Amino acid sequence: MAESDNIVVETAEKIFADLADPQTINNDKKGSWQAPLWQALSEAGLPLSWVPDDLGGSGASLADGFALLNAAGRFAVAVPLAETMLAGWLLAQARISSPEGEMTVLPASPRDRITRDADGALSGRARGVPFAKAATHFAVLAHGNDGISIALVDASKGRIESGLNVGYDHSDTVTLDKVQPVTIKPAPGGFDQTTLMLMGGVARSLQIAGALESMLDISVRYSNERVAFEKKISKFQAVQHNLARLAGESAAALAAATSAADAIANAKGFDDEVYLEAASAKIRCAEAAEKGGAIAHQVHGAIGFTIEHILHRYSLRALAWRDDFGSESHWAVELGKLVANRGADELWPLVASR
Amino acid sequence: MTAALRFDPIRLPEKCEQLRKEVRAFLAEEIAAGTFDPHKPNREDTDVPEFSRKVGAKGWLGMTWPKKYGGQERSFLERYVVTEEMRVANAPTRRFFVADRQSGPVLIKYAPEHIKMDILPRICRGEICFAIGMSEPNSGSDLFAAKTRATKTDGGYLINGTKIWTSSAHIADYMIAIFRTSPPTKENRRHGLTQFLVKMKQPGIQVNPIGQITGQYEFNEVVFTDFFVPDDHVLGEVDGAWKQATSELAYERSGPERFLETYYVLTELVRAVGPNPDTRSAEGIGRLVAQLHTMRRMSVSVAGMLQAGKEPVVEASIVKDIGTVWEQQLPHRVRDLAAFVEETATNRETLERQLDFAIKTAPKLTIQGGTTEVLRGIIARGLGLR
Repeated sequence: MAESDNIVVETAEKIFADLADPQTINNDKKGSWQAPLWQALSEAGLPLSWVPDDLGGSGASLADGFALLNAAGRFAVAVPLAETMLAGWLLAQARISSPEGEMTVLPASPRDRITRDADGALSGRARGVPFAKAATHFAVLAHGNDGISIALVDASKGRIESGLNVGYDHSDTVTLDKVQPVTIKPAPGGFDQTTLMLMGGVARSLQIAGALESMLDISVRYSNERVAFEKKISKFQAVQHNLARLAGESAAALAAATSAADAIANAKGFDDEVYLEAASAKIRCAEAAEKGGAIAHQVHGAIGFTIEHILHRYSLRALAWRDDFGSESHWAVELGKLVANRGADELWPLVASR
Repeated sequence: MTAALRFDPIRLPEKCEQLRKEVRAFLAEEIAAGTFDPHKPNREDTDVPEFSRKVGAKGWLGMTWPKKYGGQERSFLERYVVTEEMRVANAPTRRFFVADRQSGPVLIKYAPEHIKMDILPRICRGEICFAIGMSEPNSGSDLFAAKTRATKTDGGYLINGTKIWTSSAHIADYMIAIFRTSPPTKENRRHGLTQFLVKMKQPGIQVNPIGQITGQYEFNEVVFTDFFVPDDHVLGEVDGAWKQATSELAYERSGPERFLETYYVLTELVRAVGPNPDTRSAEGIGRLVAQLHTMRRMSVSVAGMLQAGKEPVVEASIVKDIGTVWEQQLPHRVRDLAAFVEETATNRETLERQLDFAIKTAPKLTIQGGTTEVLRGIIARGLGLR
């Protein structure tokens, strides 16, 4: 496991280890683990990591917050930590204070639009919104005639149609019909929906990379325990090669995600180079989730296909996270267009930009 | 946790960007002067001695080596930038690449001082070419099976046997080779191999070219018959070459040359589809670029580990495994994506010529420098499975 040399990650890992043990969670069909976990995370100030002190948050750096998301991925925690962090970050862009409690962001798909009327009321539909049903507030990015705004909205003002993603987590459709926000302010210059989607995509990439680290870990352990044909299956070359490929996918996902996080944490804005990093992370991590998850299940055989085993907590979430804030297909098309538009001779300079 | 597979997001320092501009300017001049054509990866002669000397004169060979041997004492990351720019431009690097990447560092570590003072400055000037003698008929990836014998005699060793698949042996001035000085022991299959510096182009060595399916000549069979190697040409420990050879491999396995060998077809595809691609082309290009970017970030990260004095054997193996599988698939993927590019597009002809060569190149990419199967064995060992 990556050494946690920063206090934010250390704190989070301790909480996860105490209150989010995957086996305990998996056995608890009623979800009674959720409230104590959320309470502990909130008391440690983690959901509002990215919100400055003067706006009600704990003012951690972008880098520390990204490392926290990676740790959350390693535990595949199913509480709206990433969503609340993103919401707080979005609100802070417009200097809006964050309230306490669970939040999520709208829209969560690049193809959905929330619009703002002249009187400030918000309308529109957002699909695939993670944890909308659990949220008390939404952080909303809205398009108006005079530009882009960021708003804090009371979640009870929206109409929520419940849904579940592939990983059995809430992924809901939220409809706003002339909803007056609690607060609304203009977004800073240059900030748009693509910025939000790239940021959300990198958050998901770090979670996917974390889940893959855990899938590698538990798959290697299982292969050293399970005996078939009178040998530990880890001694079969075919199994070794599969696990080597899983290690490669896990390493690629982590490299892409941490590189994108580092790029955003140190960039002045979302230029083409940051776009390359963030879009690539989402594309490559989604591919790794598909390939790596398949191998992890193959190594586990039938036991990994059961609801009793913890493998699905990681594999299905990693697959589900592919869909949030733009799928890999979406980003591949957009990145491909960007590359084509810059022209053949500008491709290498873009790739080699840092 | 099983293995700490971390690829920290190393960034190239500012001075690398300055260097990159210098290398690009130099390559642009050479292209303009007709030294080589970046659009013709399959050009007949990839050995261009005058280009090699010009690169040496720029100070871009032996960049990380001590100044007393003609080096520049620059960082691995600076060398990295030079390597990737040369590779992307399809520059004719054959004459100097092996010496710069591998042979020089081996000599610095294991050769006696007078040999270092003689040979290393000549490598840095781009004057001499090296080959690596590892594989033998029927041994290949199984280095333990090497049989070519070095028999002790007065003042040196007599070499008898055959090396095969030896790239550049026909133009090489020297070869660093592994020969058997003792039989392996029961306890240690790795025992008994010794590394030697061999001066080529002498009686007792016969080089027979082997054609490749690309139509190029690169490989050779090298036959040694009572060939004499003096004692001071032994590199490192007698019977202990195994460990020496494996520590070399991190250099050989993680560099940009391990995912950029067929890169040119991607550039040409982007040119052929033009500025407003259809959805299918855009998506295909986007995925390939994301994969390329990810591998490059991993590869730069390993260069940073080497710079920090680490021996990232498992990490380097992962980069080579993913990188070579990618560059092997790339021409096929580009071919798929190019299927609907307008016939009238101006660069269609170049793309097709490049694809023809890249598709023929592809099969070797997962074999050279350690097969995929061997690499996955190394990764599995790193995971604690063996």
